Amino acid sequence: MTTITADHHGDHAHDHHDADHKPAFFQRWFMSTNHKDIGTLYLIFAIFAGVVGGAISGLMRVELAQPGIQYLQGWANIQHSLLGAEPASLDQAYHLWNALITAHGLIMVFFMVMPAIIGGFGNWFVPIMIGAPDMAFPRMNNISFWLLIPAFALLLGSAFVPGGTGYGAGTGWTVYAPLSTSGSAGPAVDMAILSLHIAGAGSILGAVNFITTILNMRAPGMTLHKMPLFVWSVLVTAFLLLLALPVLAAAITMLLTDRNFGTTFYDAAGGGDPELYQHLFWFFGHPEVYIMILPGFGIVSQIISTFSKKPVFGYLGMAYAMVAIGVVGFVVWAHHMFTTGMSVNVKMYFTAATMVIAVPTGIKIFSWIATIWGGSISYKTPMVWALGFIFLFTVGGVTGVVLANGGVDDVLHDTYYVVAHFHYVLSLGAVFSLFAGFYYWFPKMSGRMYNEFLGQLHFWVFFVGVNLLFFPMHFLGLSGMPRRYPDYPAAFEKWNQVATHGYEIMAVGMLIFFINVFWSLAAGKKAAGNPWGEGATTLEWTLSSPPPFHQFETLPVIDDAAHH
Amino acid sequence: MATLPPSPFDRDRRNRRTMIAMAGVGLSMLALGFASVPLYRIFCEQTGFGGTTMRADANVQVREAAGHTMSIRFDSNVQPGMPWQFYPEHRTDTVTVGSKDMAIFIAKNMSDKPVTGTASFNVTPSQAGAYFTKIQCFCFTQQTLQPGQEVRMPVLYFVDPKILNDPDNKDTQQITLSYTFYPVEQDKKPS
Repeated sequence: MTTITADHHGDHAHDHHDADHKPAFFQRWFMSTNHKDIGTLYLIFAIFAGVVGGAISGLMRVELAQPGIQYLQGWANIQHSLLGAEPASLDQAYHLWNALITAHGLIMVFFMVMPAIIGGFGNWFVPIMIGAPDMAFPRMNNISFWLLIPAFALLLGSAFVPGGTGYGAGTGWTVYAPLSTSGSAGPAVDMAILSLHIAGAGSILGAVNFITTILNMRAPGMTLHKMPLFVWSVLVTAFLLLLALPVLAAAITMLLTDRNFGTTFYDAAGGGDPELYQHLFWFFGHPEVYIMILPGFGIVSQIISTFSKKPVFGYLGMAYAMVAIGVVGFVVWAHHMFTTGMSVNVKMYFTAATMVIAVPTGIKIFSWIATIWGGSISYKTPMVWALGFIFLFTVGGVTGVVLANGGVDDVLHDTYYVVAHFHYVLSLGAVFSLFAGFYYWFPKMSGRMYNEFLGQLHFWVFFVGVNLLFFPMHFLGLSGMPRRYPDYPAAFEKWNQVATHGYEIMAVGMLIFFINVFWSLAAGKKAAGNPWGEGATTLEWTLSSPPPFHQFETLPVIDDAAHH
Repeated sequence: MATLPPSPFDRDRRNRRTMIAMAGVGLSMLALGFASVPLYRIFCEQTGFGGTTMRADANVQVREAAGHTMSIRFDSNVQPGMPWQFYPEHRTDTVTVGSKDMAIFIAKNMSDKPVTGTASFNVTPSQAGAYFTKIQCFCFTQQTLQPGQEVRMPVLYFVDPKILNDPDNKDTQQITLSYTFYPVEQDKKPS
């Protein structure tokens, strides 16, 4: 193995006298080109958006605690009086409900999970893990982040302008035509669509940046097959973003022209077809769910390996399982559309193709278990979150295989069973991996240890809360409770009450999380460069905590020993 | 095998090349998104996907499947606000599979202004769409009716005998042909 030369110092040696020299506050945070600072901005943004999206789901759980309309009418009246409009009619109150579910979905997908898991952890740790000084295009990285702010502002602002029956965009996160075209007059839906355009553009730029960084900026010796699995997961995710998001952009651009310029892409009256929108949306939408979960797979792989003090079992299988999930994820989209009247053969194909995804996913689950097997396990907070992830994601995966059956889906489509399924894989899967990653890397990012007791307490309270919240939804769905309604027959009351209590417990868990974060930032123990010991083998643990403002000015050389 | 690290100049050039390639991938997907509009229409027309009916030439030769009959139901709608009466002469018809048949639809403009309309059409059950073949139809063109004018509009069609060999249509005994008339607005161009 050749040693490296340090000729990098040559051309801009003047700013190298101090690797930890930081620019002034405004320049550092508002004009940032530093991947770690941008990652921090993403994480702060995602936490803020998560609080907003979580508060909206709290409103929904409060209303759903009992049958009948308890609070919705009052909230709609408040909204209307704030805007100087007449008191809301019942239909306008229902519209507010639609606006709430739409906002919750869009915020959690585009402004919480994606910024946190790709923008936050991806920015922070992909360059470090491959031994790069920064992202390939630091300034483009900055643009990616700052596009999120106007996108989020547009989405929040849409709640205060007319959107058809009432105020706000009440189309669901899928924005199906014709509800989103002829069914929603007023600028709210235009604002929501534009918000998706801008957020999508930011994500595409980010994806190009990650692909370029990972393909070109690896340190000497860091071959593709030596990259940590988190880097692999971000690489696959970036390709999914690059292939899926432009299709969404095209689909919603045609929504905009149908709404505003008299085209009829989705309007049968002019020779269009509303079903085409569904095909385009889900061609994006299904890869999108893997975009949200794959980096979580990567995070969990790092954590399981670190705290079992073993390399990941079946490294290559793990990496290519993610590639396989990404590839097959593009040819299963119509399983979201089983009830649109497709023929038996088409249903059969999409059922079978969907079930095939369970194979690489199973490879991952079993490889994690095999990594833990015989390991020297320490149940630190990140590890319990990762184990919780494996358990809950598997539960969500099993209901996913149930729903993959075209025949079964005819019955369960748009019921709470589907809501339970995708919250188990996302709200409990992706979010558990986010918390696992947050606790795992908190010492590295902040330079201070989190409080272990509060971290464990957060896990157990949150675990009990979300399971009480989402598990009863399986029962509700199987008994036929449809999703997206603020009201339901009295027979569904008990499980809905349980779910709302589950939300309350989860909210307490979030309180513990914030106490832990603020306490640890202010008074946590100083973290060592590698607080996790011999199991932590990736490059970020070779640096100080927090890492210097500029790392790897002398590129590290990766020897032949496995590094994942 | 590891060689010297690339110089910053080389790396920048490689980065730019990768970025351009990736931007190309993104733009191609964007183009594919828009191209899906005509592609989807061609796909539906070729396969009868989602109940899209087939179209044939006037001198097409079909073999009659004697003894196999199919009940055809005719359904007619107008978009709310369209000032037309629109109904089939007969609600149902029974045809021999493979034989050409004509159905008459009647439309009357109830308003005091000329109105141009165009009809969209669909077949249920959707798996029968690939076998429901139209030779001539008022839905192929736009129709303009003067105030109070009434017209009788023919549809010349046949049910393709291949339907008898399709396992998905084993239990198809009735096919519903549905039309909906829409006003043609000047600013609405077919996509």
